[in-house]
Amino acid sequence: MVHTRHNPAGRVAYYASSAALTVVFLIPIIWTAYSSVHGRQAAGGHQGWGVANYHRLADYGLGLTAYLRNTAVVSLVAVLVTVTTTTFGGYAMARFSFRGKNVLFLVTLAILMVPYTTILIPLYVLLGWIQLQNSLLGLGLVLAMFQLPFGLFMMRNSFEAVPIELEEAALIDGCTPTSALRHVLLRAVAPGMVTVALFSFLASWNEFVAPLIFLTDGSKFTLPLALFNLQSGNLGSVDFGALQSGVVAAAVPSVAVFLLLQRYYVRGFTAGALKG
Amino acid sequence: MVSSTVARPVLPGRSGPTRTSALARRRSRTGTLYVLPMAVIVAVLFVVPLGLMVWMSVNHWPLLGASKPNGVQNYRALADPLFLRAVVFTLKYTVVTTVVLSLVAFGLALLMQERRPGVGIFRTVFFLPAAVGLASTTLLFYSMFNNTDSPLNTAIRVLHLDAVDWLGTNTSALLSTVGLITWRFAGFYMLILMTGLQSIDQTVYEAARTDGAGRWQILRHVTLPLLRPTIALMMVLSVTGSLLAFDQFFILTGGRHNTATVVIDVYREAFLSQDLGRAAAISVVTLVVLVVINGGQLAALRRDDAR
Repeated sequence: MVHTRHNPAGRVAYYASSAALTVVFLIPIIWTAYSSVHGRQAAGGHQGWGVANYHRLADYGLGLTAYLRNTAVVSLVAVLVTVTTTTFGGYAMARFSFRGKNVLFLVTLAILMVPYTTILIPLYVLLGWIQLQNSLLGLGLVLAMFQLPFGLFMMRNSFEAVPIELEEAALIDGCTPTSALRHVLLRAVAPGMVTVALFSFLASWNEFVAPLIFLTDGSKFTLPLALFNLQSGNLGSVDFGALQSGVVAAAVPSVAVFLLLQRYYVRGFTAGALKG
Repeated sequence: MVSSTVARPVLPGRSGPTRTSALARRRSRTGTLYVLPMAVIVAVLFVVPLGLMVWMSVNHWPLLGASKPNGVQNYRALADPLFLRAVVFTLKYTVVTTVVLSLVAFGLALLMQERRPGVGIFRTVFFLPAAVGLASTTLLFYSMFNNTDSPLNTAIRVLHLDAVDWLGTNTSALLSTVGLITWRFAGFYMLILMTGLQSIDQTVYEAARTDGAGRWQILRHVTLPLLRPTIALMMVLSVTGSLLAFDQFFILTGGRHNTATVVIDVYREAFLSQDLGRAAAISVVTLVVLVVINGGQLAALRRDDAR
């Protein structure tokens, strides 16, 4: 459908509708950011600009910094575990043959088939047995597990795309498989690793159900969970100003990382990983 | 489904069969070692919980205290009126969401697939909500619904409509939620559809135009049939996501006005009724139903590929 390209009426219609849609998509974000710093609540009683909402948010519960730190710890664990295990796993799947390889590959991909929320109840019990209930580490590991199918698929494809001659040359030059991986292959698969890290980060930073179920101690709460408490805690009277600044605080890191690494995100799509 | 490729041949040995097999053994050990950390996580945090879920479903398993086998009693939860109401509501929500979301995403994808100046900015803007978490999105819309001077309520006033109680009834809560989900996911599905659109060979369009096909004819008889696998993928993701809806209703209504979904019901059984056994039983059934749905969709996909 390229024949409208030189048609001025078509061009006007195209840009008019796209602009209208842009307004629809941006208004909720802009309004939230705006009212977090403008209005009577924001300015501490009078009309105008102010950061009172952020002050109240900073003092809510254990304080914004504690919740940001918890969320960062969980995300860091999830990203590190996802990237390391799927990089080694993808290398093994692409270049080595060993017993149980196909079974492991299929079982890992089966994580995609199993609806995530249905295994949270047994995971809750299991984490209790291994002393990882109510723990940021345990939560990070579970979130990493849910990222394994995408990560493994992405990394296996990345390694398979590297010419095998590159690896053979390194081995002939006396590299062990491990040092070939470190010195030669990692550079070639780095874009795939960034994609895996990005997907893992976006998912774990914003996760809600898993922390809701696994974290029982208020000092361990992640930001989305703390914001939910802020919204539902005081029956009837919600501090909308603080809530909106909380939404901004939660959204800024994840939107910023996404914008920065956008082309790696699109890569994840075009790699066909989602066609699984 | 992605099929695992055949293992690449082990690096060829250069001097005789014994060297080769020693090398192959060493490489097999190295491969096992590399895959081990991932295998441990899959086994401990996925395979074991799956088995545990089935085991829990045939046990009386209180949140605190000892458990003991109780046969299929937990599966009586499936006949509970609260559960049945949750099933009906979840199905209704799934149908409405999937229809609305697919149509909007398809429109966006058609609009955004042409190469025009500025199209990259539009695509980024439409996708941007997907970078905001679902819980944050829900809290954001909670403020929009509840503030009289939010853009939403201002627009209602400007249009001289009656004030809307966005979350006050079953229907209004359902539609409000569909609205926020569409805002959050339309760009995401647009991106999926666009990868499908871009994989269609341009010469097919040219041939259709040479044959005198119009815009709508091309859309109906060329684009849609060729896009079927991508549309099926979008359907699987949207249906699965909607059947498992939790965050949006848990935060917006807490399940009031009969807006509890199946997963909210699981949560209530587990942590309000403190009966993990019943929660596990519902989980087992939900899992089986979803695996059947996914399997059916994927089988349909594979049939398309074979054609």
